[in-house]
Amino acid sequence: MNVRVKFRKYGNLKYIGHLDVMRYFQKAMRRAEIPVCYSEGFSPHMIMSFASPLGVGLTSNGEYMDVRVEESPSSAEAVSRLNAVMVEGIEVLSWRALPDKAGNAMASVAAADYDVRFREGYAPEDGWQERFRIFMGRPSVTVIKEGKKGSRELDIRPLIYDWNICGDVIFLQVSAGSASNLKPELLMKAFSESEGMELSPFSLMIHRRELYADQGTEEKRRLIPLEMLGEEIGRA
Amino acid sequence: MRNLALSDEILLTVDKPARYIGGEVNAVMKDPKTVDVRFAMCFPDVYEIGMSHLGIQILYDMFNRRDDIWCERVYSPWVDLDKIMRERKIPLFALESQDPVKDFDFLGITIQYEMCYTNILQILDLAQIPLMASERTREHPFVIGGGPCTYNPEPLADFFDLFYIGEGETHYFELMDLYKRWKASGAPREDFLKMAASVPGIYVPSLYTVSYHEDGTVEAMMPVCPEAPAKVQKQVVTDVTNTYYPEKPVISFIKATQDRVVLEIQRGCIRGCRFCQAGMVYRPTRERDLDMLKKSAYAMLKNTGHEEISLSSLSSSDYSRLGELVNFLIDEFGSKGINISLPSLRIDAFSLDVMSKVQDVRKSSLTFAPEAGTQRLRDVINKGLTEEMILTGAGQAFEGGWNRVKLYFMLGLPTETEEDMKGIAHLAEKIAERYYEIPKDQRNGKCQIVVSTSFFVPKPFTPFQWAQMCTKEEFLHRAYVVNHEIKDQLNRKSIKYNWHEADVTVLEGILARGDRKVASVILRAYEKGCLFDSWSEYFHNDLWLQAFEECGVDMDFYTVRPRAMEEVFPWDFIDIGVSRRFLEREWKRAQKGTVTENCRQSCSGCGAAVYGGGVCFER
Ligand code: SF4
Repeated sequence: MNVRVKFRKYGNLKYIGHLDVMRYFQKAMRRAEIPVCYSEGFSPHMIMSFASPLGVGLTSNGEYMDVRVEESPSSAEAVSRLNAVMVEGIEVLSWRALPDKAGNAMASVAAADYDVRFREGYAPEDGWQERFRIFMGRPSVTVIKEGKKGSRELDIRPLIYDWNICGDVIFLQVSAGSASNLKPELLMKAFSESEGMELSPFSLMIHRRELYADQGTEEKRRLIPLEMLGEEIGRA
Repeated sequence: MRNLALSDEILLTVDKPARYIGGEVNAVMKDPKTVDVRFAMCFPDVYEIGMSHLGIQILYDMFNRRDDIWCERVYSPWVDLDKIMRERKIPLFALESQDPVKDFDFLGITIQYEMCYTNILQILDLAQIPLMASERTREHPFVIGGGPCTYNPEPLADFFDLFYIGEGETHYFELMDLYKRWKASGAPREDFLKMAASVPGIYVPSLYTVSYHEDGTVEAMMPVCPEAPAKVQKQVVTDVTNTYYPEKPVISFIKATQDRVVLEIQRGCIRGCRFCQAGMVYRPTRERDLDMLKKSAYAMLKNTGHEEISLSSLSSSDYSRLGELVNFLIDEFGSKGINISLPSLRIDAFSLDVMSKVQDVRKSSLTFAPEAGTQRLRDVINKGLTEEMILTGAGQAFEGGWNRVKLYFMLGLPTETEEDMKGIAHLAEKIAERYYEIPKDQRNGKCQIVVSTSFFVPKPFTPFQWAQMCTKEEFLHRAYVVNHEIKDQLNRKSIKYNWHEADVTVLEGILARGDRKVASVILRAYEKGCLFDSWSEYFHNDLWLQAFEECGVDMDFYTVRPRAMEEVFPWDFIDIGVSRRFLEREWKRAQKGTVTENCRQSCSGCGAAVYGGGVCFER
């Protein structure tokens, strides 16, 4: 059975990179005595895959991974068993059975929600919120994207599905996943340049709120949180 | 949320910020207001290495079982953070509370190898604790050293308030209780040091004076007060079964060097190789009970979630119930995706059988440590491994599908001749020949033999403590002889040869058998920027040479000088149980090439029986 796990990464765990979070969960599954399936061979590893790596320095309320288990306790029990072996900084939010035909988390990702803020002392001059609104009103935002085959120009405006500003927090809903992934930093860099300043590496505090799959059509998106593709497992 | 000592900006700038945030699984948190003693336990190297050390995990667990003590961890900040902390005067902090180490009651430093000595000064310096013990006041923590290098603590004597000689499980609580009494009394710092000196195993360097002969050798070491014993007795745990062993070791977020459960099956070694310090100072050999090991294995795997368990000991094949233990591990955990790793096994039919069950034969290699190239020299060093045993073991392994072999040797051993050096090449050649005896269609491609030589460093409390060390040039010459001989042989394409750095070996030799005069050099080297000397990319031999020069300390005095049988050594004030008489006898037998039987064949009366346990009382 494949299970989708949603978790939150907060506080000091933002300093832990993606690969280490994977290692962390492999050990946590064993501590919680969840019977995860292993690959064959002399050095078997857990069958486990993550939706979308989160960079060091970011926090998130919407992280996902899929695991294959031999059998599963109820969702409520799995969540509580896992949370009993977590450290401060990681909390499991849901545990849901995936239907057989569901794609894996990574392949399903289509969009992501982010909260972006400027760190104290790094914000542009006063009134930047208004200028951000004007900036977002542009029909296109062209950035230079460095790729493996050299750099190329890219219009990222169509990759932003939704946005708003509330106080000092910029909310962004952007395209994510393997097809076209927009990192919020890229947009903020373009905005900073329009402000005539360079975005220093520590300017932003970014928090991921959710990851979505797209269940709509070519014409119309229908974004649903990745966890909604799975089903709650009741008590046997 | 726990507050961190370092800012977000710093943590996002440095490599692997996880090294500095604490908060790992099984890390112990306490309320500082509820404890009487705060103990910072330090391994003076980078986090991933320090976190892999079993001894600290044992003591961390032991201390934290007491409600009135909070033991936390400290490691060396890596060079990137080191620079930032100096620039911004950020005091070194402990990982759990993130509080400055300078406010602790104790800073305990485990001293595992000589090349970490400058890192010890870094720890003190960043912690803003005076480097010299004599400059510390009541406001500062007591700095206490432990671990293998404390069997000659003299080069570090100026920097430590106390040393704990031997195994920490025995008398630490006694020391803590004395400390609490002293702290409540408001008495001067010196008073605690005197009280501590009466605890078995505690050495307080400031309570001794050393006088020297004109030639620079030690004349005598005298206690300056009645509390300090003339001889400090090494402490050992007699019953290694009913003692402290951590069931919940701390698990790092980033991959530690030992990212696995470590099961220490025994302490000590019955063999008595004459170059080996561990084999002497951990005497007598003491085995842990099988049931205790089984229970520990369960508990530790459950509490850590590690995917691997490894046995630890100096010579696992000598554990009397190894077969039962290994089969238990395979049966119990093998099917649950747990890897079982079995280092330090002698290659024979039994070990090959087990190894074929727990690892991929084609990907793993066989390890032999003959240490010397000829039987004559192996007799000198008392290494009971014969050519026949090696060739038989390798032959069986080759038939079983293995084709990789690692061979470890030492160069510069006492009495070594050119024939012994060439013998290294010849032994590797014979192993290759043995491989190619297997018909071509039945073997697994070419064989790969990796020969590695380290350079011999005479260590205190070994029969070779009198030995002269080679010069750097001589070491390199010997490596050249080996290399040349290998390249001259038929199977040279199947044999790869690596040798160790010679500069660092010479320095290790000086620090290993150094006296109090060497302290000034360590300090000078540190001031010149030496740090992380055990990392070849950060080792600056030129700075060390300048430091010796400037301090007027003669390197050769500690390395190549012949030592008379009756010379008083700087470490002679320590009593490790093994008698000086035994070491002298072994040194003489070595020169004659006479082998001494291991503790299970017959007792040689080394003296370690005074501890009243272990192998000495098996029969
Ligand atoms: S007293 Fe005998 S048995 Fe005990 S450690 Fe020494 S040599 Fe071995």
